[in-house]
Amino acid sequence: MMTSEKTGAPHSRRWARDAQRSGHSARRAARGLRVMIAVALTLGALTTAFPLIWMLLGSVKTQREAIAYPPLLVSQQPTFEYFARLFTELDFTRYLINTVIVVLIGGVGLIFMAMAGYAFAKFEFKGKNILFFCVLATLMIPVQVTMIPTYLILNGLNLTNTLVGIALPTLVSGFGIFLFRQFMSTIPTAMLEAARLDGASEFRIAWQIVLPMSKPILAVQAVLTFISGWNSFLWPLIIASEQKYYTLSVGLSLLNKQLATNPSLKMAAASVMVLPILVVFAICQRHIVQGFTMSGLK
Amino acid sequence: MKQRAVPYILAAPAVILLMTFGIFPILVAAVVSFTDLDVVGLADMSKVAFVGFDNYANLFHDPDFWKALANTGLFVVFGVPAIVICSLGVALALNSSNGRFMKVLRSFYFVPAITGIVAISLVWGYLYNAQFGLFNWILTSLGADPLPWLSDPALAKFSVALVAIWRGTGLNIIIFLAALQGIPQEYREAAAIDGAGRWRTTVSIVIPLLRFALFFVTVTTMIAWLQFFDEPFVLTDGGPLGATTSASIFLYKHGIRLNQFGYASAGSLILLAVIAAVTVLQLRVKGKDDDV
Repeated sequence: MMTSEKTGAPHSRRWARDAQRSGHSARRAARGLRVMIAVALTLGALTTAFPLIWMLLGSVKTQREAIAYPPLLVSQQPTFEYFARLFTELDFTRYLINTVIVVLIGGVGLIFMAMAGYAFAKFEFKGKNILFFCVLATLMIPVQVTMIPTYLILNGLNLTNTLVGIALPTLVSGFGIFLFRQFMSTIPTAMLEAARLDGASEFRIAWQIVLPMSKPILAVQAVLTFISGWNSFLWPLIIASEQKYYTLSVGLSLLNKQLATNPSLKMAAASVMVLPILVVFAICQRHIVQGFTMSGLK
Repeated sequence: MKQRAVPYILAAPAVILLMTFGIFPILVAAVVSFTDLDVVGLADMSKVAFVGFDNYANLFHDPDFWKALANTGLFVVFGVPAIVICSLGVALALNSSNGRFMKVLRSFYFVPAITGIVAISLVWGYLYNAQFGLFNWILTSLGADPLPWLSDPALAKFSVALVAIWRGTGLNIIIFLAALQGIPQEYREAAAIDGAGRWRTTVSIVIPLLRFALFFVTVTTMIAWLQFFDEPFVLTDGGPLGATTSASIFLYKHGIRLNQFGYASAGSLILLAVIAAVTVLQLRVKGKDDDV
């Protein structure tokens, strides 16, 4: 808008003249700039990745190496001892199993969200608009506001100190429902109507038409659900007060408070938590980026 | 008849869960905030008393609450521009060429956004360590004095915020990149024909066209800072001397650790009001901006 008045012919003529005169040096300057940008970005990328690299390097150092000063970059006697200790001396096997269970329960939430998204996308029913508005309204509400009442509600339902209780508050998200609805709106209604005329049951329509056509959004949502379930911290922290219900994230924060001076063990524990995410990221990078592009936050 | 029930059956599980854990808690918080509910009251409801606006009045006179709000304000004022500028800058640079190399670099910037905060805080705590941390070693090798990264009140604010900035940029880079790729190439070409340099094109054409993405990123980043919790919780537990106690940490400590449910609920409603006010204000500003 602002620039429209500047698109005048004299300018382009002047540009052509300038270009003839300085075309060569301009091109060289442009290449110099490109190289500079690439170098700066590479340095930035390495700096960004550095804490994770430092974590992996630290996880195989001996305790003596890990607190050495000046710090060692690479271990001279790499050891997996601390990984082993996490699973033998400490309760990380339990935490890992709990985390996997919480993630799996999240899968049920994924199905619920897909179902609701389908209902909002392809059916007309009384109260639809008001219900959908409520779904979107939950996006505006910060977790700190619901933290204490939700604890009280779960306590009232006798679900504190259960893995279901840990998973329940974030099992479905308004945003997930919204994304499913947006995607499923693009499925042609005529196709569903034709199947209905042919006498297909609603279940069969959902299973054999809607589900296969929704694969892309399901993939995106599945990866995002996995990541958020794996990383979730606040709810396990609040809902699990007994150690046998701890997830990896809560176990890790406990480790942080208990063992002040064993960085190797801490880095090994952090690696146990981060490595699976890195593997998932390497495999499903496209889905993750797509999902975040769509969702913005979450 | 059966046909009509289908959408309700489909929507019911998700909607019921959302109502129970998304909307109903606000009503609970509103009721609880007028009571003195604590652990005793939780076990025996008859011991819960209605205290009117006492919780709100007490909050108003609680210097810790004001300090937590002030800390949160500081995090917002410095943290939002930091994340927006960093992510926009990196996105513009990444977008300057379409090569494979840039695509690989992109994932480096993105990875922190999906890593678990507790694990990450352990790593940063190690880097910040005063005795054997890498950062202090780098400082001393450069001839500077080592810094008390997490034990000096002012510096600790910066240290926890830095971790959040590190984690917060990746996601916003992705959003900016998506918006940048939506800008038609013709606009840039037109600008180039007009003799606009790279810098001029970026400032006068590209950034104005990113207005919606900028608005979106600013609002979501601001809300994230208003809810700032994980990094200070794991790195400093709100210390030293309450210097990194955000509003959320304050609520957690009173509500979950001290079981002052009434008091914390009142605080959480105030936080909700603040977040709502800030969001509405931004929408207003955005609305005006669009008229111009």
